[in-house]
Amino acid sequence: MVSELPTTTVYQRPEALSDVVTHYCPGCTHGIAHRLVAEVIDEMGLRERTIGVAPVGCSVFAYNYFDCDFVEAAHGRAPAMATGIKRVLPDNIVFTYQGDGDLASIGMAEVVHSALRGENITVIFINNANYGMTGGQLAPTTLPGQKTTSSPLGRDVEETGFPVRTAEMLATIEGAGYVVRRSLHDPKHIRQSKKALRLAFETQARGLGFSLVELLSSCPTNWGLTPVEALQWIEDHMIPVFPLGDYKVLPALKQIRLN
Amino acid sequence: MARELLKGNIATAEAAIRAGAEAYFGYPITPQTELLEWFSKRMPELGRTFLQAESEVAAINMVYGAACTGVRAITSSSSPGISLMLEGISYIAGTEIPIVLIDVMRGGPGLGNIAPSQGDYNQIVHGGGHGDYHPLVLAPASVQESIDYTYMAFDLAEKYRAIVVVLIDGSIGQMMEPAELPPMRVTKRKIPDWAVRGAKGRDRRILSSIYLNTEEEEQVNFRLLRRWQEIETNEIRYKEYYLDDAEIVIIGFGTAGRVALSAIRSARAEGIPVGLFRPITLNPFPYARIRELSERINSILVVEMNSGQMLEDVIKAVGSSIPVEFYGRMGGVVPFPDEVYGEIKRIVTNPPSLDLNPRSSWLDRLSISTN
Repeated sequence: MVSELPTTTVYQRPEALSDVVTHYCPGCTHGIAHRLVAEVIDEMGLRERTIGVAPVGCSVFAYNYFDCDFVEAAHGRAPAMATGIKRVLPDNIVFTYQGDGDLASIGMAEVVHSALRGENITVIFINNANYGMTGGQLAPTTLPGQKTTSSPLGRDVEETGFPVRTAEMLATIEGAGYVVRRSLHDPKHIRQSKKALRLAFETQARGLGFSLVELLSSCPTNWGLTPVEALQWIEDHMIPVFPLGDYKVLPALKQIRLN
Repeated sequence: MARELLKGNIATAEAAIRAGAEAYFGYPITPQTELLEWFSKRMPELGRTFLQAESEVAAINMVYGAACTGVRAITSSSSPGISLMLEGISYIAGTEIPIVLIDVMRGGPGLGNIAPSQGDYNQIVHGGGHGDYHPLVLAPASVQESIDYTYMAFDLAEKYRAIVVVLIDGSIGQMMEPAELPPMRVTKRKIPDWAVRGAKGRDRRILSSIYLNTEEEEQVNFRLLRRWQEIETNEIRYKEYYLDDAEIVIIGFGTAGRVALSAIRSARAEGIPVGLFRPITLNPFPYARIRELSERINSILVVEMNSGQMLEDVIKAVGSSIPVEFYGRMGGVVPFPDEVYGEIKRIVTNPPSLDLNPRSSWLDRLSISTN
């Protein structure tokens, strides 16, 4: 005999996250990043005044997953498009969601100049060390020696240079209010990522300037690894090249206490 | 309002402001920089948005973003800068967002020079960004017309959810002449029902130019085409001078048309029956009216500040029914009225034949006069 037990909801889909089937590969951490952003939008009650800007790349369809207004930018131009929106609607919350090819290669000028202007927008930067959508080519974030479909012998730094450390670079800019790097490879780091995303949106909500959260993310399909191996690969190979940390946190943000 | 001595670029910027431009994003480039400078002063004092972008690439994408919120957004540039903007222009066309673009043309290709040119006719009228779309293109021939066409550009853009380009020769942007500015319009208006401004009390909206489903993309292409056909039906504009009894008709737009008009006046003083047809909308192009004219005249002379780009459209309109001659200057050189007058005299004394290739015979004449 089963007794009637009181039930409590402890986990559910955030309101800002649409109830649709994912197009992301099994084991890809985009889904986690999406969920974390949606949780932050819910917690801060921002859904009705948030406008997202989707990139070109795997997350080109990011707008399918968020129940808020969205626009779709040209490759790398999301921060410029976000600038246009934010300048006209300064009371709205405007965020871009960009991968490493989009942000750190073709869109490097747009993101750097948005930070230089102290553009009051939030950038969610997914770093998975390759171009995912086009099938795993060399990205500006590809690790030295890392094999990709366009560096089949491994990234030769003599030929193609070294990976770009975006968070560290943008942190040198006065207009940046909050710039950090986190990772999505295990629950502890996912919780830290969530807190960082919250602080990034708090930065914008308080008008404290440009905010960016770089998230180390897995790409099992193009890395040729199982989802679990891919998470381990982040820890073993990516974090040594892309150290996690707070690269720029305005003093006003340090006083914010989050649960 | 009274007539004042106004510089083309500044008058054009002020006309856009008075038409209700709410957001401007741009980048310095000669010979259009005065537009940027004027917006930088006027927009903040009116509480509107101005931002100098880090590049034309960024500027057009800022315009794209701002226009997605339903406000009247505008940018201006000159030839090389427009090349950089074409990516964004294609996306804007694909998203069906109205914007206004002022292109003050200079000599090219490449870095070229900063002198007036019409070398970007094909880029704007027939080319531009990738994909199947049509911008509405207006070509003024004076500071007053720059004001007038810019003033109506937003209305046209919004009516058809289209890109409206005011295509100005560098000469018109740079020169000063008496002109009258229109009154300041009230900018408060209804926000369009497609605008993205935050999903407050309504379903979310998505503005995008991606349609992976081919049938869906084709529907977008059909919609763009149907709107374009409406534009072709409603918006063709041109001006005609001395055409009632004309036997020779010069066709030229912008500065070239204006220079030709001076030559035509001289020829008319001698009793030569020559007139001017000046297209205002380069896109849609007044094919039908030119075809109609060709049925009652002897020959056409196309005058342009390029290698004969509009010439192709004129030939398309008249076919081989009457001879079409060409005279052009390139590289930033503006023809003198005397040069066009010389062409008129030549046509009168030596009527052109249908067999000649207008561009080749023009080059032959040039080599005779320059050797």
